[in-house]
Amino acid sequence: MKETTSTQENFFEGNNQQESKRLDRRRFLKVAGAGAAGIATLGIISCSKDDDHSGPDMGGEGLYFGSGDIAILNYAYALEQLEAAFYIELANKPYGGITNWEKTLFTDIRDHEIAHREFFKAALGESAIANLEFNFSGIDFSNRDSVLMTAKTFEDLGVSAYNGAGWLIKNEAYLLLAGKIVSVEARHAALVRDLIDNGTFANSEVVDDAGLDVANSPSMVLEAASPFIKSKIDVRDLPTY
Amino acid sequence: MNLFNIFDTITQVDPEFNERVSPRREAIRNMMSFGKKVSIAAMPFVLSDLFKQAYGQTPTDVNGVLNYALTLEYLEAEYYTMGAAASNLVPSGKPMGAITTIRDHEVAHVAFLKQVLGDKAVSKPTFDFTAGGAFAPVFSDYDTFLALAQAFEDTGVRAYKGQAALLKGNQVVLTAALQIHSVEARHASHIRQMRRARGGAAAEQKPWITGANDSGIGAAVDPVYAGEDTKEQAGVDITTLPGIEGKLSMATATQSFDEPLSAPAVLDIAKLFIK
Repeated sequence: MKETTSTQENFFEGNNQQESKRLDRRRFLKVAGAGAAGIATLGIISCSKDDDHSGPDMGGEGLYFGSGDIAILNYAYALEQLEAAFYIELANKPYGGITNWEKTLFTDIRDHEIAHREFFKAALGESAIANLEFNFSGIDFSNRDSVLMTAKTFEDLGVSAYNGAGWLIKNEAYLLLAGKIVSVEARHAALVRDLIDNGTFANSEVVDDAGLDVANSPSMVLEAASPFIKSKIDVRDLPTY
Repeated sequence: MNLFNIFDTITQVDPEFNERVSPRREAIRNMMSFGKKVSIAAMPFVLSDLFKQAYGQTPTDVNGVLNYALTLEYLEAEYYTMGAAASNLVPSGKPMGAITTIRDHEVAHVAFLKQVLGDKAVSKPTFDFTAGGAFAPVFSDYDTFLALAQAFEDTGVRAYKGQAALLKGNQVVLTAALQIHSVEARHASHIRQMRRARGGAAAEQKPWITGANDSGIGAAVDPVYAGEDTKEQAGVDITTLPGIEGKLSMATATQSFDEPLSAPAVLDIAKLFIK
């Protein structure tokens, strides 16, 4: 699983260009914890500890997600934007040797992610964040392994994001919508995993001994996704834990 | 990627991470660590303790949902256990590997839910997977076995979704239900691929559900897919939204959202297989 390792390194470490951003985020996560540790729904605070409360980093000029359920919907919207952008790129630059069946599958997945993205945009209306810009420079779209490992990472992360955010959602209709979407993401995740290695659709990387899939908090998911997100985001009021 | 790698990675990147996690977060992490490191048999005391810590007490409606889930997991666990044990049914190699993986998850779900429910757990019904003869060759004909497996998985995905609202806001139980739910969806995706590879009635089938009953199994499983062909979500008609080439298609609209199924509808399906 050498490729897994390298992709994960890439995934979590990003490249040098992202280093400063990541450090900023560290600082801001640290600040968030300083005042609010122990509260289940602590909001992420983006201001600097010593400065005034309009501090920069992911605040101020960043795209503000809102608070409560709106923030969670914008969080889902951001992840769907990321996935849609990735699969649009994949469809535009198919890797060498891609089979017709793989093309069909990835065109379907692309359109599912666009459906999710456009749905959130429509449902959020004026509360929707703007279009995010992404950095896919670490992905070699001509290389099947690079593309599939990234797809796997995004799909597993997406599943873990919906699983981990479900209990933070206050509105039943929104919770149900998240449920309708997460199982489609899980179908994608299983398929992509099987394309890499048939039979790994739900292996021990993602399913534990109690038969449970991964669940991650919003702050953990955003941390993991941050190397791919070029836009500044302001998630100070996004519920997380 | 797994949760523990992420914890470790984040702890390296953000050394204060562990200090920031809430007591509940820690409870879940501990629960899952136990799932990894302690045998299931040793779990009941530990788990019920964790659940009490996290909520005080388990409300009656939550128990109802858990027992409903347990009934479905009993059904799936016994189905795959019998299927994997049947002679000359599942081909060795990849197919048997997949069926035993799924069997082990369903057995783990049963154990997990029983531990959570403790003495409130319902007992296992007696199953008849031929449904009174309608699926007579279920453990002798591989295609019939896979067809029914698909029906169970797609039903399971819909069943959990249908109960999410009752668990709203419940960090431990809703999260665990979602974690089971997405595993069922992974199973459904794989079984659908296995059936596609077999050709025949399922040759055009995809890992996701297109329209209503796309299974190629016939009208017998129409109730499993009833309502999956909806194109509207929260008042938004998905086919009016922009895609790459014009508006999104009806197929995309139905594939991109899995629909819930009410408890009565699910139990009507399950009853066919309960003696």
